[in-house]
Amino acid sequence: MNSPPSAKPFSGIATVLRDVVSRPSGSIGLFLVVFHVLLAILSPLLVPYDYREISSLLMLKPPSPEHWLGNDHLGRDTFSRTLLGGREALLVTGIATPIAVIWGAIVGIYFGLAGGRIDEVLMRVVDAFLSLPWILKMLVLIVTFGTGVEVLIPTLAFFYGIPVIRIARAATHDVVARDFIEAARARGHSRGSIIWNELLPNVRDALLVEGAMRWSWMLLAFSSLSFLGFGVSPPTPDWGLMIADARGFMSFAPWGVLAPVIALSSLIIGINLTADALAKALGIDRAQKAPI
Amino acid sequence: MLGLITRRVFLGGITVFLVSIIIFLGVEILPGDACTAYLEREAKGKLLENCRTELGLNRPATTRYISWATNALQGDLGVSAKGNKSIATLVGDRLKNTLLLAFCAMAVGIPLALFLGIISALWRDKPADLIISTLTIFAMTIPEFVTATLLILIFSVSLGWVPGIVLTSASAPVSEFFPEILLPMTVLAMVMTAHILRTVRSSVIEVMASDYAQMATLKGVPYWRIVYKHVLPNALLPTINVIALTIAWLLGGVVVIETVFNYPGLGRMMIDSISDRDLPITQAIALIIASVYVCVNLTADLLTMIANPRLRTAHMRR
Repeated sequence: MNSPPSAKPFSGIATVLRDVVSRPSGSIGLFLVVFHVLLAILSPLLVPYDYREISSLLMLKPPSPEHWLGNDHLGRDTFSRTLLGGREALLVTGIATPIAVIWGAIVGIYFGLAGGRIDEVLMRVVDAFLSLPWILKMLVLIVTFGTGVEVLIPTLAFFYGIPVIRIARAATHDVVARDFIEAARARGHSRGSIIWNELLPNVRDALLVEGAMRWSWMLLAFSSLSFLGFGVSPPTPDWGLMIADARGFMSFAPWGVLAPVIALSSLIIGINLTADALAKALGIDRAQKAPI
Repeated sequence: MLGLITRRVFLGGITVFLVSIIIFLGVEILPGDACTAYLEREAKGKLLENCRTELGLNRPATTRYISWATNALQGDLGVSAKGNKSIATLVGDRLKNTLLLAFCAMAVGIPLALFLGIISALWRDKPADLIISTLTIFAMTIPEFVTATLLILIFSVSLGWVPGIVLTSASAPVSEFFPEILLPMTVLAMVMTAHILRTVRSSVIEVMASDYAQMATLKGVPYWRIVYKHVLPNALLPTINVIALTIAWLLGGVVVIETVFNYPGLGRMMIDSISDRDLPITQAIALIIASVYVCVNLTADLLTMIANPRLRTAHMRR
């Protein structure tokens, strides 16, 4: 946090990226993330079978040369479905995460600067929202408006932006009392110029790490919702949903559970390792967090 | 000191008040009301009208909010839309079961987290620390339902050591939940341990590097005495707040775990009530969980204040 204010809010990305990759956790994490993103984009071209193809002859078959990961309870190819199973999750969270970070950051910085009574009131509202379990907040909106992508994106973006407000506000408070802000004020810079040139470069790091963590928690929420039957609707392949479906047959067809479990876990672990390395590269301690 | 405590309690009260408004508004926007849920297909015309008059649903929202909130303050959470039972009794058993699960997980998780956290901090970057830290990342990041599914697969399906699903009824006495409670408890404890452990580790490392710990080393104080007398009391203080945050997480995370294991607790009841549109129950559970969250955080703040004399005089800002 002691870095001097740089000229542009988003310079030095290459240096940070090099630092992230130089750590073992960072390189493994980044590899997993890039692998999953590429797979999500390319998987429709790679899958050997149609993910909807039902066959009564192939129900719960074990892995074979034709079907590498066996078949599910409807005889669908598990390998194809596992390859495709992250697309919806990555699409939804990939759009919702930047929205959440941006709106949370704008509100947090604005009120952090404004201070006073209105800031105090806003923090109480934020506290109130954070004291409700995430699943309850999400379910109320999902039950009301349906389970489509067009509902999940704004819902996730809204609720996961609220904790960002807190981070952005705290980071703003840290910076605002420093001399270089005072100096910019004395030089007669406009409010907008102070925010863009002095504040944002210093708050950016905290937001970047926060964004990476939000992404992983959003994925967790998304797949949990799918697992509980409130997310992706069948027959769309999704890891959470696949695990829920295959659980009933776990005792004699464990491969149906293991394939999506490994896929989902490797993605989430990848994001977390990257976030960890990013935090270390930027010199931010993110130990004191809970996944709310 | 007293002023600070009053301020914190007051702020906690404000948060609960705001939560109650959010819950009320949230349930307002849900389609349908207690009457449409109760009458199901007959919910039209005269019947619906009568039911709404009887339950007072056609009064303005502000009046309904005030009567709901004042009743809730007196412990009366209303009646469920389906079956017309008192919510306080319905929720009571479930709350007891969820608390049982949470306490078991805490009893295992907190001591384990402190122990492993201190070990991995003192042997930083040594094999023990690397193993513990890697396992921590796994326990922290893998979704609860995945961990739960894997544990069922290993310990219940393959080895057959413990039951993979809870079949005890909600009102059964505590003793009947063993050994069924073991797997859900393990999943909760794993996640808790991971989160608390991380804080303990970084906090101990930080204090070990502090001037006074270095000073004690230079004065020739034995290593374990430094750890025990100088480092731990200071390092464990920030963990109180993280334990509180983790308990708060536990109240939400328990929803998924209870569903996976069919555990008759508050979380599963919440999911069921939302699917059934039994709104009075949803409201009541949300209010209970939020109040517990606020109380736990408040307790943690007060404990930290009592334990750390510096915070008693300083103006506390969050």
